[in-house]
Amino acid sequence: MAMMTARKRVEGLGSARSGTDHHWKTTISSVALLVIVPMFLFSVAPLLGNPYTDVQAALGRPFPALSTALMLIVGFYHFRLGIQMVIEDYVQGTARKVSIVVMACISYGLMALGLISLAQIAL
Amino acid sequence: MADVNRGDRPLSPHLQVYRTEINMVTSILTRITGVALLGGAVLFVWWLMAAAVSEEYFATVDWLLTSILGDIVMTLSVWALWYHALAGIRHLVWDMGYGFHPDTSDKSAWGAVIGSVALTFLTIITIWGT
Repeated sequence: MAMMTARKRVEGLGSARSGTDHHWKTTISSVALLVIVPMFLFSVAPLLGNPYTDVQAALGRPFPALSTALMLIVGFYHFRLGIQMVIEDYVQGTARKVSIVVMACISYGLMALGLISLAQIAL
Repeated sequence: MADVNRGDRPLSPHLQVYRTEINMVTSILTRITGVALLGGAVLFVWWLMAAAVSEEYFATVDWLLTSILGDIVMTLSVWALWYHALAGIRHLVWDMGYGFHPDTSDKSAWGAVIGSVALTFLTIITIWGT
């Protein structure tokens, strides 16, 4: 064991004091998703396998468009929070930071791609 | 302080020493379904993007997502979505301080597993009906 003080060994390993906020944000979005997921599954999911023109028309209607937008926004937000928790459980050090940043980019990137596609179809 | 034992202290027991319990399975499934749903989400966004790009591109992606392989992946995604939602309800109840008794939590665990399969069948039947 190298010459190292006990303080040096534990520095930076304590709580960041943002855990409660993270959990609460996950909780709020989860309650929202309990409403959004059934909306999405019963109004948008059945569109898979439908003809192109039918899909365009359906996504132009307010309820399916709203369900899709909410699913994309709240769903990917909830995923981004959840995946950070998973990464923090299994990955350490620099790899942890990189993984969290990469997953945040993927989450928000997919959210944006979905919203732009929806806007092009619906408007 | 610098000479305390840091190398061979006893470790806390891990997964392999425990008998498999339903609450252990539901906990692991909650995490797996949550992570795996990224796959279904990517496919849905791809499908949505294809619908915004062109009729030909949409036909390709839509064919892929409704092929046999696509049907299997989408059905599993629907189940994952329902399972994760029901498991989430259990967590919301626990966060309020209820449902911790072993019998109660075993029942709610089976409820989430059986309920998610039932809701998946209901969803598939509804989708077929439209």
